[in-house]
Order: sequence, then C-alpha cells, then structure tokens
Amino acid sequence: MYWFRRLFRKRQTEHELDSELRFHVDERAAQLAETGVAAEEAHRAARLEFGGMEAIKEECRESRRVHVIETLLQDIRYGLRVTLRSPGFTAVALLTLALGIGANTAIFSVVYGVLLNPLPYSHPEQLVGLHQSKANFENGAISFPNFLDWRTDNRSFSSVAILRRYAFSLTGLGEAEQVNGVFVSSEFFDLLGIRPALGRNLHSGEDTIGAAPVALLSADFWQRKFGSSPDVLGTPITLDGRSFTIVGVVPASFHLPVQGACVCDVFVPIGQWNNPLLSNRSAPLGIHGIGRLKPGLTIEQARADMARVTSNLAAAYPEVNKGTGASLIPLRKQIVGDVQPFLILLLAAVGFVLLIACVNVANLLLARSTARTREFAVRVALGASRGRIVRQLLTESILLAAAGGLLGLALAALGEAALLRSLPAALPRSGEIGVDVHVLIYTMLVSLLSGIIFGLAPALKISRSDVLTRAKEGGPSVSRGRHRTQALFAAIEIATALVLLVGAGLMVRSLTRLWGVDPGFDPRDVLSFTISLPPSMTMTKAPPETIRAAFRELEARIASVPGVQAVAPSWGAMPLRGDDEALFWLEGQTKPATTNDMNWAVSYVVGPDYLKIMRTPLLRGRFLDPHDDERSPPVAVIDETFAAKFFPNQDAIGKRINLAGGDPGAKNPPVEIIGVVKHVKQWSLDKDEKLLQAQMYRPFMQLPDSGMALAPSSTGILVRSASDPVRLFDSIRGALDRTNGELVAYEAESMEQILSQSLAAQRYSMILLGAFAALALLLASVGIYGVISYVVGQRTQEIGIRVALGARRFDILCLVMGHGTRMILSGLVAGVAAALVLTRLMHTLLFEVRATDPLTFVAVAALLVIVALSACYIPARRAARVDPNTALRSE
Amino acid sequence: MSANDQKAEFLKGTLDMLILKVVAVGAIHGYAISQRIQMISKDFFQVQQGSLYPALHRLEDRGLLQAEWKATETGRDAKFYTLTRKGRKQLEVEVRNWEQISSAVALILRTAQ
Repeated sequence: MYWFRRLFRKRQTEHELDSELRFHVDERAAQLAETGVAAEEAHRAARLEFGGMEAIKEECRESRRVHVIETLLQDIRYGLRVTLRSPGFTAVALLTLALGIGANTAIFSVVYGVLLNPLPYSHPEQLVGLHQSKANFENGAISFPNFLDWRTDNRSFSSVAILRRYAFSLTGLGEAEQVNGVFVSSEFFDLLGIRPALGRNLHSGEDTIGAAPVALLSADFWQRKFGSSPDVLGTPITLDGRSFTIVGVVPASFHLPVQGACVCDVFVPIGQWNNPLLSNRSAPLGIHGIGRLKPGLTIEQARADMARVTSNLAAAYPEVNKGTGASLIPLRKQIVGDVQPFLILLLAAVGFVLLIACVNVANLLLARSTARTREFAVRVALGASRGRIVRQLLTESILLAAAGGLLGLALAALGEAALLRSLPAALPRSGEIGVDVHVLIYTMLVSLLSGIIFGLAPALKISRSDVLTRAKEGGPSVSRGRHRTQALFAAIEIATALVLLVGAGLMVRSLTRLWGVDPGFDPRDVLSFTISLPPSMTMTKAPPETIRAAFRELEARIASVPGVQAVAPSWGAMPLRGDDEALFWLEGQTKPATTNDMNWAVSYVVGPDYLKIMRTPLLRGRFLDPHDDERSPPVAVIDETFAAKFFPNQDAIGKRINLAGGDPGAKNPPVEIIGVVKHVKQWSLDKDEKLLQAQMYRPFMQLPDSGMALAPSSTGILVRSASDPVRLFDSIRGALDRTNGELVAYEAESMEQILSQSLAAQRYSMILLGAFAALALLLASVGIYGVISYVVGQRTQEIGIRVALGARRFDILCLVMGHGTRMILSGLVAGVAAALVLTRLMHTLLFEVRATDPLTFVAVAALLVIVALSACYIPARRAARVDPNTALRSE
Repeated sequence: MSANDQKAEFLKGTLDMLILKVVAVGAIHGYAISQRIQMISKDFFQVQQGSLYPALHRLEDRGLLQAEWKATETGRDAKFYTLTRKGRKQLEVEVRNWEQISSAVALILRTAQ
C-alpha cells in the first residue's frame, strides 16, 4: 500500500521533488562557477540548460502510478474551487440539472416499479392470466364447472387457480363492517409461490362445494383485528353470518395478481360461495383464472393445449360451451399492458426534458469557457497536456452533474409522493413504486451520462482549438466558431421543446374532445354506493318477499334523507363501472340450442327512478314505473341501438323477447318492451363502440328469485342529490346506521368521479406532458436568452462602431433579433419534422385527434415562437441601447 | 531527423538500463547520474533532464530503485538512489537482453554485406 500512503504524503512528495530538481540546478551552477563564470550568470545558464521546471515536475508526477487518483482529487478540489467562485452560474446549472434529473428519477421509479420490476411471485415469467373467451368477450369470466374441467384436462400447466373478489359482512368482531374478500381455488397461493406468514395454505380439495369452511387472513387484517396474535389459528370468524375456521395468515408483502390497487382482508375457498349458480356451467360469475406454465413450455403451446381442452368441453356440453374457448395472456401484460404506452410516453418526455437541461448547461459551460481561456492557456504553458485539461473540465462537469443528481433525487422523492397521491387508482402495482437501489443506480448513471454529455462539448471544443493563440489574441475567429455551436445547441433545444409541446397539445385536444363526448347520462350530482343488507338476510336464505320488502323499506328510508331527490337500486351493469349481460331470443324464434347462439345485451336492473337520476333521454314509450313489480307482467326498456339492431324499421314498443337464465321450473313468460331510451357509454368514453352495444333495462323488483337471493350481499344504489353528492353520503349513512347497525353502506363515489377516473390515463398524460413541456419551454427560453446575451456581449464593440457610424437603434435591434430568429426557425423546422415522426407513437392515447393535427402544430409553433422571440428581445434591446463611447472604450 | 534527435530516440529506450547500471555502482544522486552517463559515454549521450527525472521517478515507483535523502560531500542534502533487489534482477535481465540483441545486430551487420 505504498502508493496509498504516499497519497496522503502529497505535500512532502512535492517538496522532495522540488528540492531534488533544485539541487540539480544548483550543482550545475556550482560546476559552471568553477570554470570562472560569475555566480549569477552560472545560475541562469544552469536553469536554461535544465529546461521547463514545471513541465518536468508534471512528467515526474505522471510517471507515478498513483497519479490517476491524485490528479482526480486535485481536479475535484480545483473544480470545487472554480465552481464555487461563480455561484450564479453554479446555481443556474444545478437547478437546471436537478429539475431534469429529478423528473427523470421520479418517472423512472414509476416505470421501474410498474413495468420493469418482475412481478413479486416466484418465476413470474411462467404465470399467465386465464379467461374464457366468447363471441363478444375475448377475456370473459370462467364458469366454475368449466374451470374444474380445465384443471383436470390440461397438460400444459403445472397448476391453475381462480379468484373472484367478494365483499363479506363481518360480524362478531366489534362493529359490523364490510371486508374485502377473495374467493380462491385451493392451489391459488401455492401456484404463486406464496408461503403463509402463519399457519398453512389451502389444501387441495378444500375448494369443493360443501367442504369445511376455512379462511386465511391478510397480514394487515390479522394485525388490525387480532393484534397479530398467533393464537388466531383454529379460531372462528363470522363472514356473511357463517362461521369460518382461520387456518393461516398471508404475508404482508402479498398483492393480488390483478389490475388496480386492491386491499384484501380475507381469502376463502371458492366452494364456500353460497351462490346457487356456482355449479351452473353457463354462469361465469366474474371468475378469472391464473395458471403456471410447466417449465420450458411456451404460451403458444399452452394455447394449443387449451384449445383442445375447450373444444372437447364444447362437444360435451354444446348448449353452454359452444363457441367458448380459453384466452391466455402473460400475467405481466395482463396487469400492466394498459399503462405501458402511457408510461413509455412519459419516460420519453422526461428524457427530452433532460436533454434540454444538458444542452443548456453545455451552453452555459461554453460561454463560461471563454472567460477561462486565459486560465487554460496558463496551465498549458505550465506544462499541462491537452488531455489533462479535458480531464479537468470533465471532472468539473461530472461534479456538477453529481450535485445536480443529488438535488434531483430530493426533488424526485418529493415529486413522487405527489405523483403517487394522484395516480394510484389508475395505476396497477402502484404499491411497488419507490426509490430503491435500482432507481438510485439509474439516477447515478443518468447524472454521470449527463455530466459527460454536457461536459464533453466544451471540453473538446477547447482542446481542439489552439489555446495559446487564443490567449494571445482573444481570438475572434474561435469565438465565432463557439457561437455557432451555441446556436446549434439552442436550435436543438427549440426542436426538443416543440416535440414536447406538440405532445402536450395533442393530449389537451384529445381530452377536450373526450370531455365533450356525451356519455348518454348526466353525471352531475349523482351519488353511487353499495349496500349490504344484514347477515340475517344474506345467509339464512330469506324468502324473496322478505328481501324485496327490505329493499322497498331501504329505498323509502334513503328517499326521506334531506337532499335526496331520487333513489334507485342498480344491479348488474353500471356505465363505466361494471358490466353484466342478458341473453335472449326474440319472440317467435325457436329457443337457440346454445347460449352462444343467443343474442346479447348489456343488462341494467334498476328502480323506476333510475331515469330521473341519470337523466338519460327517453325516446319513445315510457320508462319503468313503480307498478312494474314482481306481480305485474315482466317488462323491459331498451336503448336505440338495441331497437335498431333487432327491430330495424319497426316500432319496438310492444315487441316481446324471451330471457335466458330464469328460475328453473318457473314459467318465465316473455318480456314486453315498453320504451326506448338513448344509448349510454357503457365501456368508456373513447372506445365504447368496440364492445357490446345493445342495452336493456329491467325492473329490480322483477329479478327472478334466484337473482334476488344474491341482492342482499351487495347491491348498488344510485341517488340524485340536491347538493354535493359525496357529502350527502354521510347523512345517508347516518340515517341507515340509526335504523339498522348491521346494514353496511360503502364505496361511495360521485358519478363525476367515476367519469373522470375513466379518463385518468389521458388526464395524467396531459397534466404530466404539459408540465414537462412547460419546463422544456422555460429551459429552452433560458438557453436562447443565454446565447443571444453571449453574442451581444461578444459584439459590443462592433455594435458600438455601427452606432458610431450612424446605425439606428432599430437596425441594431433587427440585427440581433435576426440572429435569434434564424436559430428559432431552424429549431422549429427540425422540431416539426421530429414531432411528425414521434407523436405517431402516442396515437393509442389520442381520441378523435390525428397525431399530425395541423391546428395543434400551428398553435404550438406560434406559442414557441412568441416565447422564444421574447427571450431574444431582452438582450436585443440591451444591444440597441449600447452607448458607442463606452463600448469602444471597453477592453 | 537530425543526428542529435536520433541519438535521443535511441537513448530513450535504453535510458532505464543505463540508469540502473550507473546506480548499481553505489548510492548516487540525479545530477551525478547525468554526469556519469555523459562522462562514461564520452559525451555521446546528452541526457536530458526532461527524461532523466521522470525515468528515476518511474523506476522508484516500480520498486527498482529506492531513494534516501543524505548529505553530499559539500554538506547539502540530496536524494540518493540505490538499487533494490528487484532492480538488480531487472538490470541483469536487461543487460542480457541487450547483449543478445546487440550481438545479433552486429552479426547481421557483418554478414549481410
């Protein structure tokens, strides 16, 4: 460790080097003096003979291996001194870099957490999402009996499982409350490779209908309700009025492998679902699956295998399974596929912002390197090699970048907190986002890279030009060359800012279009929430009359709350929220042999006041009224697309249809159509047309008994409110609590919230792109301002001469502005060309706006030109006011 | 290329060996080394300080030389270099190489006429 010790004995080494060389000169001088030369003359001659003392010293230092580290430390010390000597420059550069790097870090941490980070399960690449495909639904739900057959018949999965979210009423543990549950099949946890934090996973066979009721708890629920006591194993827990034995606790790190943030409290084998339709092969019930591919098998092989399995099932049960298949999607894609383009767009945008930041700092450094020309010349004269100076400059810029990176990291941590507060509902895996080692490494690399990028240009520029000549002359020719580089940089900034502005502009345009889309209902002042009737109603198989009476009473109670203008239960589908389908055939046709051959419509089962709440226009006939109940003949209202599709050029009113899936053994008379309403956007505001369009409304009270039996566990309620709907919910809940403490109301949202959540991806794209574009515009303006100021500073004398020779102030203004305009225009042309190519990548996020929308391009270009010209105007005006006397006297 | 330049180039490659050889005699300081080389070579080699001192520092850095500050006959402190064991071995290797090369070159020059 000799060299290491020497690193810290630097001063002594330097001293020794100096003494050694001085000794040589002295000896030589003494020798010369012996020959009779005068002492002074001898010394001078000896020095001359010896040569450049400093250069030799430098070479001696360089011949020692420790040199690299030593010079690095030296460069850093020197760099710090230089940097601190110009605090203004340093502050601007640091702030620019911190913003650029900070924005990148924040977005990268989101991209990493969501897209790059492997799913938190063992061998996540083997996991696929499993769905049952049908004519209208590529990724539909799987019926339980079909799943059981898939599980036994497939040859490509080492394991398959299903899950279905469900809201349980929890009683017997303090106040009654709604808990989020998931029905799973017995292999679920083993498949994902989840080891229980306590107790055991489910055993195979525990998911069969009629097996002993068991449950697993989430770590959070276990902590909240049982204080994490290990004694919880074997104790009972009452869900929906039934007792389940607790057999295990799921680790806290577990997330459900489904899209969106979902907190779950309890996990129950699916066989425990007391839904009579569970054993019905034609009822998919919102059950979806996951599978783990056998090692080495591709998803294509598994698809082929599942095609075999499902076609066998279609042959065995043609009436329900004809036309159904299995759809397999890599689980990662299923979870994050929707947000991938959105996140990549954001990452590209912040990348551009960083590019502008780097170019800006490079320009600042270039301008500053003029001021430092003499310093470099002196160093070269003293024996510094060119490489040494480049190294010095790079050290300084990397130092700057590192400091900027640190500051950026702090900004990112702040920005990310804000980002996550506003994003989570729209973003899958948001719980996995955070500043971790990967993000830190990324920030480090980005900082280092930025340092090299913005440091290299000035460093190369200096090393290429002849420093000595420049020092002697102040070199106008060289400074003109540098000015060209700066102008090029400014043009690049303009071009980049334009690309970002166009992106943001397109998002604004498309969001305005989306807000302008008529959803077919009036979302203002509408409250939506879910209720669960007391467990006595859900579990004891209360007769349908009791349930209907309970709902009537509930409706009346909610209607009596001040501020409630109308109230209606909503079962089945709800616009932009959830879907449910009804299968039917027209009267006069023979009943199709298979469900696949039947007609499909989105099914809304609602109360008579529904239309008053949603304000969907009634086009013909009448809407449901309170007399359409379980005792009156069954009726339905359809939408205009239903009417146009099934009754073209006829009056739909009075036509009758047969519904599939009525109560077994009941008469199930045909349903009469009594009215036609306007079509509503069921699926989304932008891509609604791609999915099932026909819509049908039926009275809640006319639900078949088997359906009514399910209503108490969770039914939606819609309310039109006189004032703020979310605040109204508190008074409704208060009123319900006073009458029945076991009734639970939850998941309150205003219809406007639901609408805006459906546009979350577009809205966040717009907000973030807009913020980045604004930042880019600001940085680019600063860049242009800097370049023009620099040019004006360089040409002060020339301008002074012009003024002295009779140029008017206006001419000078034009001269300088001309400079700026050339830069701006070339940037504009390059930017438009780049934007035309790049915005194409965001077409999936656009709605009714082409990626090459001329209006956006023109508006954005105009904005950019105005801002950039304003940035030029300030130094130009300064130039126009130059006093020829002062200008000519300077220097 | 002038004759002087040629000599300088030639010297550069063999300077390390010459230094080691001179130092092998006994502790010696930089100025004396340059004098010695010049004297022994009968003024054929003009050792430039620009190459001597970096070479000394390089050899010291590689552990072939070790240095010590001692008083000279005139009473001034100077940096005296001596050969390390490693330096002695290196000298032997270089001398052997040199002899092989020079005899080979001499042979070629004699016979290839």
